[in-house]
Amino acid sequence: MTPLLSVQGIAKRYGAHIGCADVSFDLYPGEVMGIVGESGSGKSTLLNCMAGHLVPDAGQVVFDTRTDGPRDTITMSEPERRMLGRTDWAFVHQHARDGLRMGVSAGGNVGERLMAVGERNYGDIRDKATDWLGRVEIDASRVDDRPTTFSGGMQQRLQIARNLVTGPRLVFMDEPTGGLDVSVQARLLDLLRGLVRDMGLSAIIVTHDLAVVRLLADRLMVMKSGRVVEAGLTDQVLDDPQHAYSQLLVSSVLQV
Amino acid sequence: MTEYNFAYLDEQTKRMIRRAILKGLAIPGYQVPFASREMPMPYGWGTGGVQVSAAVLTPDDTFKVIDQGADDTTNAVSIRTFFQRTAGVVTTTATRDATVIQTRHRIPEEPLHEGQILVYQVPIPEPLRFLEPRESETRKMHSLEEYGLMHVKLYEDISRHGHIATSYAYPVKVEGRYVMDPSPIPKFDNPKLGDMAAIQLFGAGREQRIYALPPYTQVVSLDFEDHPFEASKANHCCGMCGATDSYLDELIIDDAGGRMFVCSDTDYCEARQAMGHKGKDAA
Repeated sequence: MTPLLSVQGIAKRYGAHIGCADVSFDLYPGEVMGIVGESGSGKSTLLNCMAGHLVPDAGQVVFDTRTDGPRDTITMSEPERRMLGRTDWAFVHQHARDGLRMGVSAGGNVGERLMAVGERNYGDIRDKATDWLGRVEIDASRVDDRPTTFSGGMQQRLQIARNLVTGPRLVFMDEPTGGLDVSVQARLLDLLRGLVRDMGLSAIIVTHDLAVVRLLADRLMVMKSGRVVEAGLTDQVLDDPQHAYSQLLVSSVLQV
Repeated sequence: MTEYNFAYLDEQTKRMIRRAILKGLAIPGYQVPFASREMPMPYGWGTGGVQVSAAVLTPDDTFKVIDQGADDTTNAVSIRTFFQRTAGVVTTTATRDATVIQTRHRIPEEPLHEGQILVYQVPIPEPLRFLEPRESETRKMHSLEEYGLMHVKLYEDISRHGHIATSYAYPVKVEGRYVMDPSPIPKFDNPKLGDMAAIQLFGAGREQRIYALPPYTQVVSLDFEDHPFEASKANHCCGMCGATDSYLDELIIDDAGGRMFVCSDTDYCEARQAMGHKGKDAA
């Protein structure tokens, strides 16, 4: 089977400082990869390099496109990369405000990607937007309300709906549950797990919260100082960490 | 005529503006940056239009200025006088006799003919500006033809008002390529933009942009399949000349709710009255 995303030797430096270095892995269709590590370990840099928000200094990010098969997204032209960014890829930001248009109604936010790929029928766009609000458990009556009137959890769910409406195959998530309280986190995780399984999505989730990867991720990479120190199946890494840093990370989770 | 160079601006500046205009004509709808000069009037009063007019005027031209369709409002009178003094050109109020027409917020009712130039004053040339504040990003969106966001604005209109409530500065797509702000003309005028015999030039002084539509350019107003574009106007006829096909201004005439509708294009209205047409409010 061809991997959906194949990352080879990605490196990004900020001057003399290493953002991330020598990261390679394959992601297969339907698979969810978790990337964990402490703040400053290079998780977000790596994610942004893969999603095309940052240009890496070295390496390849090969994506299995629908039309042309595997292509290196770093060297493909910008229009092509941006087209991927609004069709086959989705990016869920940590702060919903970064991923939403706060001055535009919930329906408009969800419909934007549809209109960006050429939908020109108001009724259809609205129906799809309403349908997606339902799937992320937002009441259909809120379709014309602005995200500023939504709670943090609702904003995050709206951001997810907005990203998934065009049926992407790969979702990048940067701390999707950061800044939410525990019960809202649990519902969001439940929702995400359902959506990922139902739609057969592949996802790369960056987080410092081990509970999130335990629930969502099939495989796990542990990063420290810009490098991957351990990788493997989620349960394997969490239950039997080999690297000293992974052991520290796992043991530092508070038990209630 | 000894105090000023012809049409106020110096020749180098006019040359620079003409180059921008030519580029604009070559790429219809594309916003060409230019080094806008300080003009002896405040920004927002038509500094962009005045500079474009100054660059295209020749001593043989006949010049007309309209503001909201009218020849006799402050803005129109002051710009007309400005070019009378600095260029010594003949001025007129008759649409058909003019070779250069500078306009704010209207296209004349009378169809323009070949050889005429229509100069628009533009406050904000970027149609995506209120949706995307970053200039770097809007330029990228234009260059990559990413115009989905423009429809988000129309979507918002329909979801809030039940129909596309944008009634002026209604976005258009030029020759299937660039999305363009037609300056704040009422959407009633949008159909006239396309396939027009005259050259249309747009000047934004504060924003330092010039764009243009060559004659007979295809211009399409954006819309949805199930909410098509509609050129709307007040559902009345002109109180002075009885015209049913012209864009109307609504005037409040007393404190008791009295109102009348008159053509916003004064030249059109007066010409019709001279021909003997009479509306219900005509004295």
